[in-house]
Amino acid sequence: MFDTIMLLTMCMLSISIVIALYRVIKGPSIHDRILALDSIGYIVIGIVAVLSIMLDSHAYLETILLIGILAFLSTVALSKYMEGGVVIERKSDD
Amino acid sequence: MKFTDVFLQTATKTLVFIIMTFSIYILFAGHHNPGGGFIGGLITASALVLLYIAFDLQSVRDIIPFNFNKLAAAGVIISVLTGTASLLFNVPFLSQTFTYVYLPLLGKTELASAVIFDLGVYMTVLGTTMTIITSISEDEK
Repeated sequence: MFDTIMLLTMCMLSISIVIALYRVIKGPSIHDRILALDSIGYIVIGIVAVLSIMLDSHAYLETILLIGILAFLSTVALSKYMEGGVVIERKSDD
Repeated sequence: MKFTDVFLQTATKTLVFIIMTFSIYILFAGHHNPGGGFIGGLITASALVLLYIAFDLQSVRDIIPFNFNKLAAAGVIISVLTGTASLLFNVPFLSQTFTYVYLPLLGKTELASAVIFDLGVYMTVLGTTMTIITSISEDEK
């Protein structure tokens, strides 16, 4: 019973990844693609959490925090590039 | 064009400490749990990259006056010296050992000599990654 619920959760998370992937491929502007990639990163966190419950293991818990950090960092870098044209400025102009 | 990243800069001031703490935890947890020097160095580098993105290259360099080239070189030297030190005890190169000591606050703790090797790997990875990123962002547009 419990395994069935976990498998069902995994299937729903996979379907939501496919839906977000449609937005990545089809998205009219690049902002849609950035936001869809960000949400894919957070859905992957959920999949890893469900997987660590299914495998009954503590070994994946650091991975969850790591994917969170990397998804946040990549989204911030892409947004900075979209807004100013440069990711890391050399010195502030003001 | 100058815009004020108040939200990003305020969030970064909090998040850098959390990511740094996580990277130090990963570095010392690497003996019995997933982690180690390589991934710890990469997480520290990601914290520094977040600092570079939120602020700019020159002001972060004023805050953290580190020469990352020398950090990578020091890491390699530490790793090699850890391997060479095992020759002093008549055991093969890169042998490792561990012992149990009673620390005042932590109780019975396992201290392994592989931690020093991991520290060298950590410094090398951090120095190499930050050298690549800063030298890319430094060149002319």
